[in-house]
Amino acid sequence: MMNTPQQVKNPSSSLKSRFITRFLGALTKINAEDPISSPSPTRIFQRYRRIKVASNKSMAYSVRSRRIWSRAMLSRFRSRRSAFSGRRSSVKTTNCTTINVTINENKTAKGGLDMQTDELRELVPGGEAMDVCNLLDETAHYIKCLTTQVQVMRKIVDFCHLSK
Amino acid sequence: MSSRRSRQSTAGVSSISDDQIIELVSKLRQLLPEIRDRRSDKVSASKVLQETCNYIRSLHREVDDLSERLSQLLATIDADSAEAAIIRSLIM
Repeated sequence: MMNTPQQVKNPSSSLKSRFITRFLGALTKINAEDPISSPSPTRIFQRYRRIKVASNKSMAYSVRSRRIWSRAMLSRFRSRRSAFSGRRSSVKTTNCTTINVTINENKTAKGGLDMQTDELRELVPGGEAMDVCNLLDETAHYIKCLTTQVQVMRKIVDFCHLSK
Repeated sequence: MSSRRSRQSTAGVSSISDDQIIELVSKLRQLLPEIRDRRSDKVSASKVLQETCNYIRSLHREVDDLSERLSQLLATIDADSAEAAIIRSLIM
């Protein structure tokens, strides 16, 4: 693995390179375990699933436990590995669920903001247990990480096309 | 931006100030491509949240789509040279 001199000016560039390293490693592994000879649709589908999981996993592991959403995602992966169900993610948050409950009761009075946090909570890992402040903050970070994922994956696709 | 009073005067619950929420929502706004380009200051919080949800969903779909494309291209990857090239192109 080449050691290119990294400018660690901002933490996001090292997050990006951690993600790249992990994800490429995962892709190599997937490639090695299942080399394309004559790809049947099933094979390709399985590979697509593994790549998607690898992408999300690589990002979550690169963020580590610094974020509520990444912790939630990591414990989701871990509980999937263990054979037992019923192991819920233990996500530590401040100002927990009481706010959410009260807001939901006043749906008609409150309108947009609170109803739509419901929708957002389903999209952000660990969102159900977060208070509004945490939710918005985590969402911003989650979006940044998702865009990094997409950006890197696009580059890899481009690279594959180029080296054909 | 319309400020919504999400403060609850329920016993035992620390109230979140409107300012905090407004600040976080505008932070989100900066990340959303559509709203950012619109240059209007009068985007409601609810609109931002809606756009955020849509944006997250579209990002999920992109990851999906790119995973699919990668699954077909996978054989051509040489991880070492790929990594160097990719890091270089992303950081420069």
